[in-house]
Amino acid sequence: MSKTLLMKGNEALAEAAIIAGCRHYFAYPITPQNEIPAYLSRRMPEVGGTFLQAESELAAISMVLGAAAGGVRTMTSSSSPGMALKQEGISYIAGSELPCVLVNVMRGGPGLGAIAGAQGDYFQATRGGGNGDYRTIVLAPGSAQELADFTIDAFDLADEYRIPVLILADGYIGQMSEPVVLPEPTGKTFKKPWALTGAKGRSKNIIASMKLIPDTALEEHNLHLQEKYDLISENVRRIETYHTDDAEWLIVAYGTAARIARKAVDRLRAEGVKAGLFRPLSLWPFPDRELYELARNAGKVLTVEMSLGQLVEDVKLSVNGAVEVDLYGRAGGAVPALDDIIERIKSYERENHTHVQAS
Amino acid sequence: MTEELIIAGFGGQGVLLTGRLLCVAAMRLGKQVSHIPSYGAEMRGGTANCSVVISDEDIASPVIERPSIVIALNGPSVAKFEPRLRPGGLLIWNSSLVKQAPTRSDLVLVSLDAADRSLSEGTERAANMAAIGALLKLKPDIVPMEAVEAALDEVISARNRKHNPVNLRILHAGYEITKTINAA
Amino acid sequence: MSAKTIPMYKRPEGLTDVRTHYCAGCGHGIVHKLIAEALEELEVLDRTILIAPVGCAVLAYNYIEVDGLEAAHGRAPAVATGLKRALPDRMVISYQGDGDLLAIGTGETIHAANRGEDITVIFVNNAVYGMTGGQMAPTTLEGQKTLTSPYGRNPADVGFPIRACEVLDTLESPVYIERTSVHNPASVRKTKKAILKALKYQKDGLGYSFVEILSMCPTNWGVEPVTGAEWVKDAMMPWFTLKKFRDRPEEKKEEKQAS
Repeated sequence: MSKTLLMKGNEALAEAAIIAGCRHYFAYPITPQNEIPAYLSRRMPEVGGTFLQAESELAAISMVLGAAAGGVRTMTSSSSPGMALKQEGISYIAGSELPCVLVNVMRGGPGLGAIAGAQGDYFQATRGGGNGDYRTIVLAPGSAQELADFTIDAFDLADEYRIPVLILADGYIGQMSEPVVLPEPTGKTFKKPWALTGAKGRSKNIIASMKLIPDTALEEHNLHLQEKYDLISENVRRIETYHTDDAEWLIVAYGTAARIARKAVDRLRAEGVKAGLFRPLSLWPFPDRELYELARNAGKVLTVEMSLGQLVEDVKLSVNGAVEVDLYGRAGGAVPALDDIIERIKSYERENHTHVQAS
Repeated sequence: MTEELIIAGFGGQGVLLTGRLLCVAAMRLGKQVSHIPSYGAEMRGGTANCSVVISDEDIASPVIERPSIVIALNGPSVAKFEPRLRPGGLLIWNSSLVKQAPTRSDLVLVSLDAADRSLSEGTERAANMAAIGALLKLKPDIVPMEAVEAALDEVISARNRKHNPVNLRILHAGYEITKTINAA
Repeated sequence: MSAKTIPMYKRPEGLTDVRTHYCAGCGHGIVHKLIAEALEELEVLDRTILIAPVGCAVLAYNYIEVDGLEAAHGRAPAVATGLKRALPDRMVISYQGDGDLLAIGTGETIHAANRGEDITVIFVNNAVYGMTGGQMAPTTLEGQKTLTSPYGRNPADVGFPIRACEVLDTLESPVYIERTSVHNPASVRKTKKAILKALKYQKDGLGYSFVEILSMCPTNWGVEPVTGAEWVKDAMMPWFTLKKFRDRPEEKKEEKQAS
């Protein structure tokens, strides 16, 4: 096993990309993800790869499209305002069914906002983000170790399904240094007969999102994409649960919010309140069935997020009215306070509510 | 044991390195650690700081609202973080540079002429080492001195490793000075 | 095939045998044919990728027998950059119109050229947006009426038409920059030479080359095809001078050997 290192989350992710075989990285500087391009600007030349600081986010994501079309593993990273700019290219990549890995180390918005960590891009990440009817796989790491591990996973998923895979981390996860054991490569390989390598010994390949002829071509393409998304929805459901078996309170959270929620579960249990944590590791596809079952068993659900009502929408869609769902959200770089989570649940317990007010 | 530390000072005082040194020392002993810097534009004025959590348990948030320990290497850091310390917390402050001494009566206040200690060894840059020495003396359950000594070579870049003998002397000087203060 | 029936002129191998969607008198078809001929002559049809722009030439990959890739509006040079960096021994062509290259993609145009990416940019300048129905382009001439400059382009309001070659000629990296035209047979032959040279330089790994081609859009200019060809000469060429701005393969070869 590799040695445990104290690594910054952003750097753990960058090294994991190298381990996963990514040799083409294109990006534009923005805080709080700057350690990723800085790290890869040193590492890529060492491994014979390409690091290129693009002239814009639009250019960076377009370079990713070009490299992906060439059949190589490629990645870009950014933070919230930059990610908004990348949506053009992400939509084209989704429509063209190209594999790539995207990283959003989120900061507070809207607009320029501020550089402290936040989770305000949940809707953008999980609903496609750009124009058209498409999805990207969204993975939500909660530690420097997971930033590395999920990156390895992301490259395989991207190649397996020919889809952009987004790693959605808040700024704290990216900026924090923690013990990390660098992952091993999976060794999986994927054939890419569709790649644009020149039409030597085969008929020409064309990669385009535009479908004009016949009139039904675009709907057929969308239906094909939807079939793929349905398949992914069955196959890529990632969750972590903590003390959910006998939980009477289910807290739902991801990223930094989930770390704090987990601590709240410990504290609440120490005080006799049976709390549990449901942590989606894939935000799209969202593990709705799993959440439904556990929420129904628990009876009471509190969503904790570093945004003001985004994750909670998926939670409500998942439980589908079976139980009521409360929200504790912080925004603009604030993190949920441990004591506030505990007090919120205890105050309901004190008042012996039979149900929770919908937020 | 869970300690939540904020280490603060001017850029160039080795604030981030101080945090990493403590983290690596604790990590090698199997403890949970997290380290997060203040980042971006904030670095270019007033204070640079990092938040360090060292614990026997999983760490929830790396972000510290009410620290249990503050190491303040300059005046603005005392002004900024003294009010945020939780009651009973420890404030180690660099009396060589700080003009306004901290005043809270519900804290353990330890003044340390850290910059002078560093200068007496011929460098301006190792006040942080004196502060770590003091911390180790006052809070022995975080990490023992030997663990920090062992971590020095891992944390200090190859380019600067030649300064480690000096770093070690200042580290020990901080540890001894604190002993005197406690005795007094 | 007997000696007597050897054709003087034939469809190049690299040009697909399909009906064109371009309008009568449009220049794109001519430029497509020249690219196909050049790729055939250089024997690189089976290792070339053509990047089509957003604009009338969005379906360019349907006409040339090479791998084809679509880019978002203006991003073709960035897409070409990513592809070429992934596959440095393949030929990558970025085919672009005036709105694509000089309006929404100005940044990509300048930076790909400035990096000296080893790609070939073919720029078809017809002074108007074609696909969207005839709006003002960055190269629309002073006084020229379009759908969105109904009183004629007023430089005091929207600036003068931008000269791409002259802008790019301020950069150090490009190896070859030339402006040609396809308004008459002699010009077409010159354009063929320019495209061939640009692609040859890429085949030799000499870096960024740029060919601007003045072309006709009679449909959106509201004129007959013949008049369109005359308009290129009478209206466009006085502003967009036909000229070889840059041609320094020897210098690039030396740089390449030195590095």
